[in-house]
Amino acid sequence: MIYREAGQFKTSYAADQRLFPIRQDRIVVAAMLAIAFLVLPFIGNDYWFGAILIPFLILSLAALGLNILTGYAGQLSLGSAAFMAIGAFAAFNLMLRVPGMPLLAAFFLAGLASAAVGLVFGLPSLRIKGFYLAVTTLAAQFFTEWALTTFGWFSNHNPSGVISAQKMVILGYRFETPASRYLLTLCLVAVLALAAKNLVRGRIGRAWMAVRDMDVAAEVIGIPMLKTKLLAFAVSSFYCGVAGALWAFAYLGSVEPQAFDLNRSFQILFMIIIGGVGSVLGSFLGAAFIVLLPIFLNVAAHRLLPANLSSSLASNLEIVVFGVLIVFFLVVEPHGLARLWQIAKEKLRLWPFPH
Amino acid sequence: MNRDGVIRKSFVVLVMAAAALAAMAAPALAQNEQFIPMTSYRIGPYAAGGTGTFGGFIDYIDMLNRRDGGINGVKLTWEECETEYKNDRGVECYERLKKKGPTGATVFNFLSTGITYACIERATADKIPIVSIGYGRTDASDGRVFPYVFPLITNYWSQNTAKIKFLGMKSGGMDKLKGKKIVNLYHGSAYGKETIPILDLQAKKYGFTVTHIEVAHPGTEQESQWLQIRQLKPDWVILRGWGVMNPVALKTAAKVGYPRDHIVGVWWSGAEEDVIPAGDAAKGFISAAFHPSGTNFPVLQDVKKYVYSGGHKGNLEDFSRFGLMYYNRGIIHGILNTEAIRTAQAKFGNKPLTGEQVRWGLENLNIDEKRLKELGAVGLLQPIKVSCMDHEGGGAVKFQQWDGKQWKLITDWIKSDQSIVRPLIEESAAAYAKEKGITPRDCSKE
Repeated sequence: MIYREAGQFKTSYAADQRLFPIRQDRIVVAAMLAIAFLVLPFIGNDYWFGAILIPFLILSLAALGLNILTGYAGQLSLGSAAFMAIGAFAAFNLMLRVPGMPLLAAFFLAGLASAAVGLVFGLPSLRIKGFYLAVTTLAAQFFTEWALTTFGWFSNHNPSGVISAQKMVILGYRFETPASRYLLTLCLVAVLALAAKNLVRGRIGRAWMAVRDMDVAAEVIGIPMLKTKLLAFAVSSFYCGVAGALWAFAYLGSVEPQAFDLNRSFQILFMIIIGGVGSVLGSFLGAAFIVLLPIFLNVAAHRLLPANLSSSLASNLEIVVFGVLIVFFLVVEPHGLARLWQIAKEKLRLWPFPH
Repeated sequence: MNRDGVIRKSFVVLVMAAAALAAMAAPALAQNEQFIPMTSYRIGPYAAGGTGTFGGFIDYIDMLNRRDGGINGVKLTWEECETEYKNDRGVECYERLKKKGPTGATVFNFLSTGITYACIERATADKIPIVSIGYGRTDASDGRVFPYVFPLITNYWSQNTAKIKFLGMKSGGMDKLKGKKIVNLYHGSAYGKETIPILDLQAKKYGFTVTHIEVAHPGTEQESQWLQIRQLKPDWVILRGWGVMNPVALKTAAKVGYPRDHIVGVWWSGAEEDVIPAGDAAKGFISAAFHPSGTNFPVLQDVKKYVYSGGHKGNLEDFSRFGLMYYNRGIIHGILNTEAIRTAQAKFGNKPLTGEQVRWGLENLNIDEKRLKELGAVGLLQPIKVSCMDHEGGGAVKFQQWDGKQWKLITDWIKSDQSIVRPLIEESAAAYAKEKGITPRDCSKE
């Protein structure tokens, strides 16, 4: 009953093609945004902004980037962390070497730089599919890490290869407090997420999904393979690049190429698998699961386990519980948390009179 | 309702119950307590270092509480947070622990160069000192630019000059280093790369050649690197390893036939845990050390007496690691951190202190031979005197050789060459200050 759409008549094409066609969805999204923008900044503290919400939002953005490529266009990739690294280092170098570079422009150009590299590494996708493509994207991962480590220019010849992000200033306002950094991150993530939602429902998104479902058939009905696949790589890398720049500037403040190693790529891949492949919402749910759950388990272990239990055991127990939960969720719902939400929505539509 | 639904419902209930419990169980805090955060790591490829060092650190504090009732009546408390040696988890732990205790976190010891880097700005803004004993950002030794960072005892660059001095001694004089070939086999991380510039500089000064070869994290596969070393036939290999990379390096060296007594490790490759897994391949391996292993120090005997007796168990799970390298490093962490609190108490009074006050204590830390004797740590620790200019305070290292069963010290304290290190530190710190818009403090006014 809660989700009943009866009575919501669409009388124009515009109404039929809205971003969120169901009124309840619109209300929920608006409410979530209102909470994130208007309520959280007042009730959160430094810990929540600096250690939980910012990394969660940034990794959601990276997961969203991968989801565009893997979930919508069907091209498996293990190079997301590499594109994050390119974004982070590009933003650093733009700010360093271009005098008077505005911060947001640097983020945007860093995304473009990452997209350009993504295009190059997307070329094999025209010939290679599935797991084989995943292996070729590993090249992006290793090449990027190698290049950023080997050529000192990228890190401004820092002896240890660490870049230390410049101060974030927009129009004279300095983003120094965790709350202001959170708001900046939130703005970018919200805009990019809505853009992604918009993109995947339109012509481009439909072309991606057609390629995903059967590329031969897609080609037959006239979808250009080269353009569609490479566009997916470019857009996905752009998202990852912006996420990487935010990771360096808004979150850690200093990063080394090793912060974007293969493990990070796997982490992002796991986010979309658990959250839901081919779903914008799933990227956020997956990021929440992978980022927040280990922290929650760690806090819970400290509070719940007896104090005399050895801390090594507690640490290992967290990993075990985390692993079990991943298996549990994948067994009960192989399509991810987003699918669980979809099922819940269908149930709510019938509630309280299921037939 | 179907079976899946039941599973799901019960799971949701479980999670909610856990969350509720976690939320309500915030412990009440007594007021006369000094809180020390323990950002430990007990899982992953570097767990041996994390469990040993934090084991010693926590046991020493526990011993102070049991023997003396804390420091001058102020009880010491701590809470652990698992960082997994990852920067993002480390930052989370920092943010989680920084406000704990009646006066907030006293001082952070991350035991990770990466996390130290990531937290320098945060800690400086929050006015909480970071102590990085034998690791971390080298140029932080310049206290004018880094008021809140203390790379105590010796930093990587100092140690490296002492190592080259040692190699000079071995070759029969510094002038004999001319024309020698040295390979720097380093861990592919910020930590590993830290000594490249100082080695290049010394290579120029003394006329040896140095080849830098990287081993990617975590370093479980080094076949190609060692084949390259075999082709180069260097006189010495400097092993700048960490964790699992060390035994693998020694084993692979044995495989390609490179003599182990020509491999000189950094102190992060000089623990028992680094050589025992390599078995016989480790025999003869030399490493730097800023402290020895062993249990014959009064302070360790006290820890044993007060922490590991009467049915009470300390932080170590495996008591056979008591007195080993990592454990003793933890004891040193305990001594330096608590002595800094004691120094600060002498100025600010015997009460729980803030991070800012402990920072003063660290900057005025002075442990001389007499104090070392009172602490029962003669021979375990070198005398150390920190100042506003010099946040390092010591700077000497010993060298030790593995005889197949234990580490044997083969040199006395070798002083580092500050005439090389200090200008580099000041140059690097000044560059950082410029990049970040920091005005260095005037030390004559402190």
